[in-house]
Amino acid sequence: MIRFLLLFSRQGKLRLQKWFTPITEREKKKITRDMTTMVLSRQPRSCNFLHWKDLKIIYKRYASLYFCLAIENGENELIALEVIHRYVELLDKYFGNVCELDIIFNFEKAYFILDEFLMGGEIQETSKQMVNRSIEASDMLQEGDNSEWFEVELFG
Amino acid sequence: MLGYPAHFGQMECVRMIASPRYSEKRVGYLGAMMLLDEKQDASLLITNSIKNDLSHSNQYVQSLALCTLACMGSAEMCRDLAPEIDRLLRASNSYIKKKAALCAVHIVRKVHELGELFAPAARTLLTEKNHGVLHGAVVLIIELCERNPETLERFRKTVPDLVQIMKGLVLSGYSPEHDVAGISDPFLQVRILRLLRILGHNNEGASDAMNDLLAQVATNTDSTKTVGNAVLYETVLTVLDIKSESGLRVLAVNILGRFLLNNDRNIRYIAMTSLQKIVGTDHNAVQRHRGTIVDCLKDQDASVKRRALELSLALVSATNVRSMMKELLIFLSSCPQELKSHAASGIFNAAERYAPSQRWHIDTILHVLTTAGGDVRDETVPNLIQLITNASELHCYTVHKLYRALLLDISTQSLVQVACWCIGEYGDLLLRGECQETEPVQVTEDDVLDALETVLQSHMSSPATRGFALTATMKLSTRITDNVDRIRSVVSIYGSCIDVELQQRAVEYNALFKKYDHMRAAVLERMPVIEKNSPGHTNGESMGEVKENQASKKPAEPKLLPQPANQVCDLLGLLGGSEETLQPSPSTALGLLTNTPSTAGGNLLDLLGDLEPEPLTPAPLVPVYDKDGVALTLSCEKQSDTAMTVTLIASNSTDSDISSFTLQAAVPKSVKLNMNAPSGDFLPARGAAKVTQMVVLNYQNKVNLKMKIRISYSSRGSTFQDTVQIDTFPGL
Repeated sequence: MIRFLLLFSRQGKLRLQKWFTPITEREKKKITRDMTTMVLSRQPRSCNFLHWKDLKIIYKRYASLYFCLAIENGENELIALEVIHRYVELLDKYFGNVCELDIIFNFEKAYFILDEFLMGGEIQETSKQMVNRSIEASDMLQEGDNSEWFEVELFG
Repeated sequence: MLGYPAHFGQMECVRMIASPRYSEKRVGYLGAMMLLDEKQDASLLITNSIKNDLSHSNQYVQSLALCTLACMGSAEMCRDLAPEIDRLLRASNSYIKKKAALCAVHIVRKVHELGELFAPAARTLLTEKNHGVLHGAVVLIIELCERNPETLERFRKTVPDLVQIMKGLVLSGYSPEHDVAGISDPFLQVRILRLLRILGHNNEGASDAMNDLLAQVATNTDSTKTVGNAVLYETVLTVLDIKSESGLRVLAVNILGRFLLNNDRNIRYIAMTSLQKIVGTDHNAVQRHRGTIVDCLKDQDASVKRRALELSLALVSATNVRSMMKELLIFLSSCPQELKSHAASGIFNAAERYAPSQRWHIDTILHVLTTAGGDVRDETVPNLIQLITNASELHCYTVHKLYRALLLDISTQSLVQVACWCIGEYGDLLLRGECQETEPVQVTEDDVLDALETVLQSHMSSPATRGFALTATMKLSTRITDNVDRIRSVVSIYGSCIDVELQQRAVEYNALFKKYDHMRAAVLERMPVIEKNSPGHTNGESMGEVKENQASKKPAEPKLLPQPANQVCDLLGLLGGSEETLQPSPSTALGLLTNTPSTAGGNLLDLLGDLEPEPLTPAPLVPVYDKDGVALTLSCEKQSDTAMTVTLIASNSTDSDISSFTLQAAVPKSVKLNMNAPSGDFLPARGAAKVTQMVVLNYQNKVNLKMKIRISYSSRGSTFQDTVQIDTFPGL
């Protein structure tokens, strides 16, 4: 199970946070601080896996953003790297050449995409196209006439 | 959100969720997931909204509700809505089904008992074609099996279906929907492998069914990209965890070996983590890759270094200990600070278990102390001292090496402590100059005393170290010939030192010079071989041990041991022993036997020097003393394995009466003694009557069982005293 997902910039500013277990505000702040200090102090070409308390931390740097994922001890680290990569691809497809500014100004969209990809700490949909299609349909629904509901049946 | 506090929005979220407009619902649910969790009170208010939205006609609204429930649903909410979720699991819409499956996973994690509710639905979901639903179903089944062993049994029947699905994934051609770098849906593959691992663990039948599949996945998966390696990694973990056949295990270990040679650091890290898990069981297989692992010690990355260190320590064995230790010592000199103490203790353990020779062992420990002395644990110092005393032929070599190390650097406390102790003990060997194992170097007494004084006066030395140095200086007073006065002056200077510990020692040593000079030589004699009793044996016990296991050629005496705290007690015991310390009956166990000052050190030596065991006599009544007409006989009766009653009978064969006849007894510390009242204290002449005394002994270990008896009586107006030691008890 994925415990949390954090996105932060090279200066340590948090851009996105998703917690899959109930944690107090104070704990969240503390964890965020720990993660940023640990990850930002790593050498450029070092291993992407860290140990922190009883969790494994997998991080990857894309341009100016660090994607940081925490998984439980029995999980596969290499597939977690792929999860990060898949999420970046989804963002890229949606925003078209995504950069940090896109995420800052459209953070709710980033969360919507995340909610179509991961749920409850697990992968929800393994197909990129499916995720993209559902996001598009939701967006259309949002923009469409609010008094009428579209019944959009995409797949049986 | 975006790192700024937003708690004021909670009620807004609740309002928006209840709105009929999708856009508001969407933002409202997002806000709920971000700002609310089950600990907040506002989360209860949205329970009803979620319930309504779960049966909404629009699947996207349903999905919002499901997502929120899976993210922050509390236990009560889960209980309420579980039947709804179960209904949705059987719905016809696969979009909803996959979300409902993961929602069910969350419910099972929160409320374990509801697992039973979802088991049948989960079973049917495995027949789905949709990968999303399939993935959700596998996750749900994993969760159910991990929590409930009965469910695990039930789901074992699904192994053939799972194998079928995997085969389809591995062997199918290119599928644009799910392909990642040539692998078809790696996420689903990894999940199914994980479920197979759980189902096949400790079960022969299930493991057999998946052997072929695992071999196929292992050989067919392309390992050039990370994805392929992820699937291979999961396969290896599965193979190692189930009851796989040996060929498959060898294949798995070989894959790990290939990982070790990969350029990608992540892959090497993964490989070492997995090898660490199996080094206990498949030790030989891992040994084959020892070279690569040792090379990883030199990697730049800290995580890789740590893994390589742990694996290397696990791989040290009797055959490769010399080469491995060389590598580990090189590593120690350049390793990051946080790994130093772990590495040092690991090296010590390995050296202790596999040392090919004592000299090598001592060299290794000295090397570690010089490179990483600041990071070793505290018990290293006594351990090393004990090791050195055991290696009696290496005393000369050791003291020369330590002296040289001391001259170079006095900042490492543990090294300095050991060096001081050795110089104090074996100073005469150092001054003799020649030593066949190292080059001879002329060391004068002044040099040695200079070195010790430097340690004493240096601000880098801790109080314990200075204590060592002071004691060493004192010990040298018996081993050197010319500079005794210098030692006396050093010792008297420290008699007014601020540190209480040092002051106490100095005052006592001064006393040793002034009042008890006749005892000085005996007190400062060589230490006997210290037996390693148990980790952390106390000083007192070891003193008892020392007395019993006298294997040394020189007669021994209760000595000063270099452990700081206990020295004081021992010294006081020796120097202040002017009164009888043997207790009259009834007595409790005495640790050390001390002597009256009237008998000088010589007597004690006599008593303890000769410790050959007396021949066991078959007769139950043993005469143990016979002098000047007074005879003492002894007989024993075993009460149990740890208790014995000894009867002492005294008789008088002289022509005069004996009065005030008392017997006193002392035993080693590990034995408990209880003396009953004697039958009397009057021995009439010519054996007319006897005095009987019963003594009850409780002991752990027969080896330590010895007793010393002091006989005192008055006869013809004068008092007599004598002591006899009983080493063996008849009938034991």
